[in-house]
Amino acid sequence: MSGTTLAHSAHQPEVNYLNHTKTLKSWLFTLDHKRIGLMYLGAVALAFLAGGILALLVRIELLAPGQTIMGPDAYNQSFTLHAVLMIFAFIIPAVPAVMGNFVLPIQLGAKDVAFPRLNLASFYIYLLGGVIVLSALFVGRIDGGWTFYAPYSERVGDSILFVTLGVFVMGFSSILTGLNFIVTVHKMRAPGLTWTRLPLFVWSIYSTSIVQVLATPVIGITMVLLFLERALKIGIFDPALGGDPVLFQHFFWFYSHPAVYIMILPAFGIVSDLMGTFSRHQVSGYKFVALSSVAIAFLGFMVWGHHMFVSGQSATSSIVFSLITYLIGIPTGVKVLNWVTTMYRGSIWLQTPMLYALAFLFTFSIGGFTGIMLGVLAIDVHLHDTYFVVAHFHYVMMGGNVIAALGGLHYWWPKMTGRMFNETAGRVAAALVFIGFNLTFFPQFIMGSQGMPRRYYDYLPEFQGMHQLSTYGSWVLAAGLFLILGYLLWSLVKGERATANPWGALTLEWTHASSPPDMHNFHDTPVVTRGPYDYHLAPELFVTSPGGDGAAEQVHPTETKA
Amino acid sequence: MAQTTVAALESQDHHAHPAHLQHHFVSSEQQFDAAKMGMWLFLITEILLFSGMFVAYTVYRVWHPEVFELSAELLDWKLGGLNTLVLLLSSFTVAYGINRIQHNDRKGLIINLVITLLCAATFMVVKYFEYTGKFAVGIFPGGGFAPTGVYHGHELSHFDVPYASQFFSIYYVMTGIHGVHVLVGMGIFVWLLVKAIRGRFSSEYYTPVELSGLYWHLVDIIWIFLFPLLYLI
Repeated sequence: MSGTTLAHSAHQPEVNYLNHTKTLKSWLFTLDHKRIGLMYLGAVALAFLAGGILALLVRIELLAPGQTIMGPDAYNQSFTLHAVLMIFAFIIPAVPAVMGNFVLPIQLGAKDVAFPRLNLASFYIYLLGGVIVLSALFVGRIDGGWTFYAPYSERVGDSILFVTLGVFVMGFSSILTGLNFIVTVHKMRAPGLTWTRLPLFVWSIYSTSIVQVLATPVIGITMVLLFLERALKIGIFDPALGGDPVLFQHFFWFYSHPAVYIMILPAFGIVSDLMGTFSRHQVSGYKFVALSSVAIAFLGFMVWGHHMFVSGQSATSSIVFSLITYLIGIPTGVKVLNWVTTMYRGSIWLQTPMLYALAFLFTFSIGGFTGIMLGVLAIDVHLHDTYFVVAHFHYVMMGGNVIAALGGLHYWWPKMTGRMFNETAGRVAAALVFIGFNLTFFPQFIMGSQGMPRRYYDYLPEFQGMHQLSTYGSWVLAAGLFLILGYLLWSLVKGERATANPWGALTLEWTHASSPPDMHNFHDTPVVTRGPYDYHLAPELFVTSPGGDGAAEQVHPTETKA
Repeated sequence: MAQTTVAALESQDHHAHPAHLQHHFVSSEQQFDAAKMGMWLFLITEILLFSGMFVAYTVYRVWHPEVFELSAELLDWKLGGLNTLVLLLSSFTVAYGINRIQHNDRKGLIINLVITLLCAATFMVVKYFEYTGKFAVGIFPGGGFAPTGVYHGHELSHFDVPYASQFFSIYYVMTGIHGVHVLVGMGIFVWLLVKAIRGRFSSEYYTPVELSGLYWHLVDIIWIFLFPLLYLI
């Protein structure tokens, strides 16, 4: 990595991947991973907006006991559609398909993913799946939650057929993205980019992709069997036909528990990159952090039974599943402790992306610890199907994935768009999101432990105080998220132009590509001579610091180690 | 000297590489390795797709072994055996076709692809007669299961027991989804045949042939598990 390359790309190029062709067709049929990533960003943001509005409606309904703004039927449909959209249309593709697509090939020093046409196909398959899910709305009611438990899912209206078909189709998109990324990581690395020099974001996307490829086919066949059971009464899951509903739960969770790691592993990757970059220090225990992602991916396949402690599975199975669930705490703890050590040894630069990384440490740790609590057999019997569970998985999915994704979005925004967002607005929004999130979901832990069941339309008056706090929190959270939407859109028009490396990061997308990057990512294939966070080996960063938003004053040459 | 190297590098995007090489790969070898690895990963997802059905088969067999043994008598092991032989032969011809094109023998590839297609078609025709023969006597999957009369010397009223419909549901779902894979394979072979006749393949570039061969072997292997599990035991 020579200083000249960096200096060369410090100026914004006239022609970049955004403006080298301008027709609508050049976007819709693009094979460029960066454009596909941006199209995913648009689609996923819409799904998040729709799912978020439904969540706000659900929270408003729960402001007081009895009917507030909608009847029980509309309420059931709202929380079901909220979950289906958020899980299948938003959170599973969010980080891998948006940031993975945009960043992964550049971090590898490649011109594109291994199979660009497959990449575009997976985007359209995702859209098709989304359209099929939404078409269910015109067929009839969708209720019963996102888990489609048999036999209820076989008795409700035909709209559930569209939802399951949509999930099946979106599954293919997820499989193809994962397959593409695994091959890309194996075969497309730049010269010198050994496995131990991969950015940790690449390691986590790689682990995620393994889970996507191995778990998603199982939800596919489960949806096919559910579909056939409704169409032909094949009697696999429905007890009235001689089937076994617990078998459905086994099939469903064999996918859906690993899917939790599809959601959280990419978040780990983002946070690792943020910790390294904004602490100006090597991520401690690099190999442990990298391999713990792979360990979580594999352990994640052996714990699905912890969703079924009260479903009538054998006591022996429950004990084994409970034990393996505890084991997942170990690689996760390895990560959290190493992030803390990284900050302890480094020099922290508190920019907006780093604020999200810090928020993540707090909220994800709560989500993780309460997960271990729920893996305890006796405690789970008490807390099963209460708001405690709701709070736990929102702390993991929103407090883990979404907060990290926001950190990643702010981190890579200058690279994606070539524009800086307003740092002050960014900090205010990060604070609103953090406060609003905790205000929304922490009360849910309390009322869950007191026995408030999840998914209920009505509740006893003594829970009203907690429900009100939670609803007010959701408004603060929404205010933060809309503020982000506002200043990010504003930055596209009025934002300061970004330099190639405004954060002073060391991975290839910052050191060797302009902001926004060239359509082929690099002028010449980069040659990698150091690790992704080797600040002590990167003198050029401190000599020809590109500046921009304080980078130059914040990074002192004295920080480099001899 | 250095300048000419740079010039050569810059022109690499547009000139001086084989027609099949996509711009984002450095070499044909890298492109071939990537494609092959992608195919293997795809085959893993196929195995997992079928694994769900194999689990359902195992669960119901363990719960009702006597029903499964009884119901399996209604499946004709001779037709199943014929289909096994046909698929094994087609796996051989696919592999031999790849060998031929590696030796730049286009005609050999075309002949082997034609034989493979014929084998796959034979398989589907046999399957068609198996299915329609059963439908004629009321052996339908799931809710439609109502066997009546005599089928190949078996008095069907003996076979109308609880959970027999589960056996046939699993039989139809597994062989049906396998059959869809055979049809997809036939479509792929027709496409390969057209490309082969147009002379698109050579010992330099035969990636689609190799990948289709891998897919076809998987379809074959799944049948090799289905045949004994459903017809023989």
